[in-house]
Amino acid sequence: MITAADFDFLRGFLKDRSGLDLGPEKRYLARSRLRPLCEDAGLRSLGDLIGKLRAGEDGGLADAVVVAMATHETMFFRDRLPFEAMRDSILPGLLARRAASRRLRIWSAAASTGQEAYSVAIILHEMRARLDGWRVELLGTDISPAAIARARDGTYSAFEVQRGLPVRYLLEHFTKEGSDWRIAEHLRSAVTFGPLNLLQDFGRLGTFDLILCRNLAIYLDPPTKSALFARLASALARDGALCLGASETVLGYTGAFVPDPDHRGFFVHGPEGTERPTRSAHMGTAG
Amino acid sequence: MKHALVVDDSAVIRKVACRIMEGLALRTSEAEDGEQALMACRREMPDVILLDWNMPVMDGHEFLRALRKMPGGKSPKVVFCTTENDVACIARAMHAGADEYVMKPFDRETMTAKLQEVGMI
Ligand SMILES: C[S@@+](CC[C@H](N)C(=O)[O-])C[C@H]1O[C@@H](n2cnc3c(N)ncnc32)[C@H](O)[C@@H]1O
Repeated sequence: MITAADFDFLRGFLKDRSGLDLGPEKRYLARSRLRPLCEDAGLRSLGDLIGKLRAGEDGGLADAVVVAMATHETMFFRDRLPFEAMRDSILPGLLARRAASRRLRIWSAAASTGQEAYSVAIILHEMRARLDGWRVELLGTDISPAAIARARDGTYSAFEVQRGLPVRYLLEHFTKEGSDWRIAEHLRSAVTFGPLNLLQDFGRLGTFDLILCRNLAIYLDPPTKSALFARLASALARDGALCLGASETVLGYTGAFVPDPDHRGFFVHGPEGTERPTRSAHMGTAG
Repeated sequence: MKHALVVDDSAVIRKVACRIMEGLALRTSEAEDGEQALMACRREMPDVILLDWNMPVMDGHEFLRALRKMPGGKSPKVVFCTTENDVACIARAMHAGADEYVMKPFDRETMTAKLQEVGMI
């Protein structure tokens, strides 16, 4: 077991590094997640590992700890409804509004191993007749380089590949390689993946029409959440949309976004000049 | 309440599948092989059938063929559920008239998505 003092240090460390808010009930998790890392790093115990972090000598180790403690849990078309909304309404709306520029930029900002971005790619593939001559950019980023490497590779176990994925898509867009399934080249080349910590500046990425930042905010403490939403707002086109996870909301954390009344799980820019965080009665529903 | 029939010769798989489906507000019943499953369908046609491929007595394919010939046998949605996961196996199952396909092992999320796909939840 990790000592109380070491666990406290780890909590503070994760909060600073990634905004991850590790509840006190996660002490057992720390052990099971960091054990393999200890072995990899040739350290005898969790105590030694925390000791290294305290000494602050090894940047690589610090990143590895953040990644080991982050949850990468994901699936294709997670929660289904938001993706139906994208296909039926959000994307057609954007297509109509971007008819002049014929440019569309979409960002999966906590992409994990890529299933979310590829789900969007599948939807765009089905809309391809309407996107002829368009410049469509689909970007997937995550703090975990290992997750991003897997996303780029687009290879999934039989268990992973069918989580959320209808069998017709499996047959249409995947080929079997050994016991795994690999996503087709036309989808792999439709998405650009790269590592990115959302707590650091991402202004250089420019402006997006649709941002998916799903099932990350639930792990963040309120101030980090507020700050992240404010920065996402500045990366979203004025008439764009932000898609959060099913149990997440901006309410109580920022005035920069308001819920899209027509699409559950989507948020649009609030009225101009309300960028100040507000604390409403809804606060805590996402925590 | 929608009724799901789980057809598998493994009691463990039946139990796991039933628990997941009951958690999704489906009513469940079980059959150990294709023949039992046909009898169950004669008594009461289910809304969805989770169907194993390899079973003694009557396998999934034979069952599916017989089911579709029964009165009312075209209505249930059929989700094949097997350890086979070659493209050819999946294509063959879909060709035989299945509506979805689940590879073992599966979890709640997978089953939920498959049942949504066939309009059960
Ligand atoms: C639970 S997964 C969600 C994946 C996907 N968006 C979904 O909804 O299925 C959360 C992801 O956020 C990533 N993450 C955690 N902290 C991050 C940060 N500060 N910047 C970028 N990604 C982060 C984790 O590595 C993990 O892959």
